[in-house]
Amino acid sequence: MTVQNRRQFLASSAGLVIGVALPLKGRAQSGAAAALGDGTIAEGAFAPNAFIRIAPDNTVTVLCKHIEFGQGPYTGLATLVAEELDADWSQMRVESAPANDELYKNLAFGLQGTGGSTAMANSFMQMRQAGAAARTMLVSAAADRWGVDPSTVSVEKGVVSDGSNSATFGELAEAAAEARVPVEPAVKNPSEFTLIGTDVPKVDSRAKSNGTAMFTMDVYRDGMETVVTRRPSVIGATVASYDDSAALDVPGVTAVRQIPQGIAVYATSTYAALKGREALSVEWDMSNAETRSSDEIFADFREMANSQGTVVEETGDSAGAIEGAETVLEATFEFPFLAHAPMEPLDAVIEVTDGAAEVWMGAQFPTADKGVITQTLGLNPEDVTMNVMLAGGSFGRRAQPTAHIGAEIAEIAKAAGGNGSWKLVWTREDDLTGAYYRPITVHKMRGGIDAEGNIVGWEDRVVNQSITAGTPFDQGGADPTSFEGSTKMPYDLPNVTVDWVKADMPVPVLWWRSVGHTHTAYATEVFLDELLEAAGKDPVQGRLDLIKDEAGRDRGVLERVAELAGWDGQRVKGDRAYGVAVHESFSSYVAQIVEVSDQGGMPKVHKVWCAIDCGVAVNPNVIRAQIEGGVGYGLGTALFNALELGEGGEVRQKNFDTYRMLRISEMPDVEVAIIESEMDPTGVGEPGTPPIAPAVANAWRALKGESPRRLPFKQAGV
Amino acid sequence: MAKLILNGAEQEVAVDPGMPLLWAIRDISGLSGTKYGCGVGLCGACTVHVDGSAERSCQITVGDVEGKQVTTIEGLDPAGDHRVQVAWRELSVPQCGFCQSGQIMQAAALLEEKPEPSDEEILAAMAGNVCRCGCYQRIVEAVRLASTGI
Repeated sequence: MTVQNRRQFLASSAGLVIGVALPLKGRAQSGAAAALGDGTIAEGAFAPNAFIRIAPDNTVTVLCKHIEFGQGPYTGLATLVAEELDADWSQMRVESAPANDELYKNLAFGLQGTGGSTAMANSFMQMRQAGAAARTMLVSAAADRWGVDPSTVSVEKGVVSDGSNSATFGELAEAAAEARVPVEPAVKNPSEFTLIGTDVPKVDSRAKSNGTAMFTMDVYRDGMETVVTRRPSVIGATVASYDDSAALDVPGVTAVRQIPQGIAVYATSTYAALKGREALSVEWDMSNAETRSSDEIFADFREMANSQGTVVEETGDSAGAIEGAETVLEATFEFPFLAHAPMEPLDAVIEVTDGAAEVWMGAQFPTADKGVITQTLGLNPEDVTMNVMLAGGSFGRRAQPTAHIGAEIAEIAKAAGGNGSWKLVWTREDDLTGAYYRPITVHKMRGGIDAEGNIVGWEDRVVNQSITAGTPFDQGGADPTSFEGSTKMPYDLPNVTVDWVKADMPVPVLWWRSVGHTHTAYATEVFLDELLEAAGKDPVQGRLDLIKDEAGRDRGVLERVAELAGWDGQRVKGDRAYGVAVHESFSSYVAQIVEVSDQGGMPKVHKVWCAIDCGVAVNPNVIRAQIEGGVGYGLGTALFNALELGEGGEVRQKNFDTYRMLRISEMPDVEVAIIESEMDPTGVGEPGTPPIAPAVANAWRALKGESPRRLPFKQAGV
Repeated sequence: MAKLILNGAEQEVAVDPGMPLLWAIRDISGLSGTKYGCGVGLCGACTVHVDGSAERSCQITVGDVEGKQVTTIEGLDPAGDHRVQVAWRELSVPQCGFCQSGQIMQAAALLEEKPEPSDEEILAAMAGNVCRCGCYQRIVEAVRLASTGI
């Protein structure tokens, strides 16, 4: 078998890979993901396609096209390959795929990237077919060697045998490389799965418990300088002038250079760089800055909510129905800017050597970063190597359509000129004050109930910035990420209007774990709960009565969670109150019931029962972990977090003292039920987050009479 | 020039004694398992042991630890098989993993001091270690597992 034939296979096999090149070069020198795979591709390795390398030492390395930042794709995608390959789990290794849209594009986006909880959904068939193709080639090589018919050869736990002969994958690797590539490799029926659906141990747990896992921050190159950039404390301000004389006097500071992002301080250590930055004196030009405070922005948004926006969903006549209703409820919900605050702040490393650049970063859109680096440095694309590193969390923050970190590290190298290596470090203060927030949002809701207690009209007006406007994700027209979840509710409501008022301001905004659902789930599930209460209906049964026939998966998770929690219709028992919410996001369905008490005027969440339907549960343990984490992330935010612009637009929250994280003593006990399903798998990274805030707010109302109109709870003064 | 005793080995580091221990460990000594998360002692990602006690390495300087034994995640157990690390793997605690060195060093120090902590003692000891991924439930279970074997 020649490479040419493999290329034909790759180009012609729909759904497997569309590509013309097989990257074979190892990246050992980088240390990229070396904690997992060893970073090198051995001599004589069998590369059946762009995703799999089988080495003579019998290791199977999966090149993972999705970045690993805790949500589990390294383990998940390796499981899919191992399943179809009938590999032994202990021989599996994983490393990050290089930047290459053709080979490694996200089939949901069309470019290489991770986000929207799509890793498993878009890889499920692709990676299984990749594994099945490799298995077929190993079997064919074994059959040739033993002179038997391939149909008599079986594979189990990494051993190929025909009853009398047996061989490991490693022993067959070289011969398999010459085998014919199957055109349409058959994959298993779900009933044949032995790894999918089991709690396969995560591939990265050891490296992440002994300090060897390599994050971008951990890359050190010979002679490397650390760089920190002084950025404006008011978003949109630009440098008017600066004085670097004191900074240059700091021992270890080697240079201070202006770049488009601010004033960059270069030093021999992080300590020196930080001290140098402190010693800088910068005057800012405020002409393009956002100088309104968050309070002023909210006031403007409330005003904007009085005028109709772009109608994005409409059935019947909501205004007429509400006018004729027996009871009318109105509510305005306000949601602050939020920072993502991943534990590893943003960072990147670049090394320039004679017209070539190697880059290490936790890039969620690696080809976008590569593009901007290539352009900024005036290099050829083939001379720029991207190493996608393990990342210390993201929650959306590293998914940068503007590639602003790629741009910043490239500007740092460009300003320095010549050969060298530089590490860009954002401090926590840079992270919190550096914008790219979840947009400030206002929902203005109206609902009507008739004399029989039926909801007869529903209106939801959303005011916020567009996340995708001006990015490659801009589809023109109304931006669904602004109001997703307010539309396509699972309930059969007769007269509905959802409209969107687009706000424009100079604050960069970004997707934040579950994107539009962060606020739409709260607005819709709290307001619905209030309408049901006003109609004298049970929150669970009231929802079940409204769920459309076609929304069977919403119904399924709601019924399951009610059973799990032992829901009996009593919203308050002693000092404990119970609330429910159900919300679909990223094609996964999640319902939660929470048990809450009042602890010094703030909700204490004791227990969260959760049911999720995400199709085939590839790794139930990873799914449970993502739900636990999604609940913790959403809960801490709902209780404590607002990223506020103060008077004049200065960001108020600069570190974890004022942008307070959920602590271990505040983490509820989370119990998760996963609905059994043979539907194709859908996302789990984000869908656990949206229901927690409304469920807590609904329980809180049972206890205190009101759900907060502005999040977080802390600021709402409840 | 300052002297560090890092994971049992004495080394001379050519730095300002006022440099936070965190940056000396990472930038000068080249051990990258100890992480930067906030720089102001609010997240615990930089936790190391100083003479056996859990300390935030961003809040103490190289000068502060002169003559003291500093242990990082790399030195906790030569094979990475400290009972806390084993429990961490057993329960798949890490998600992104960035806070875990600090969590593990904090938990290991707790178990040295109190071999069988109550749940309240676990929560109190771990309350200064932030995990953004929300591994908290598993951290409590893993400390318990490391302590009692169940």
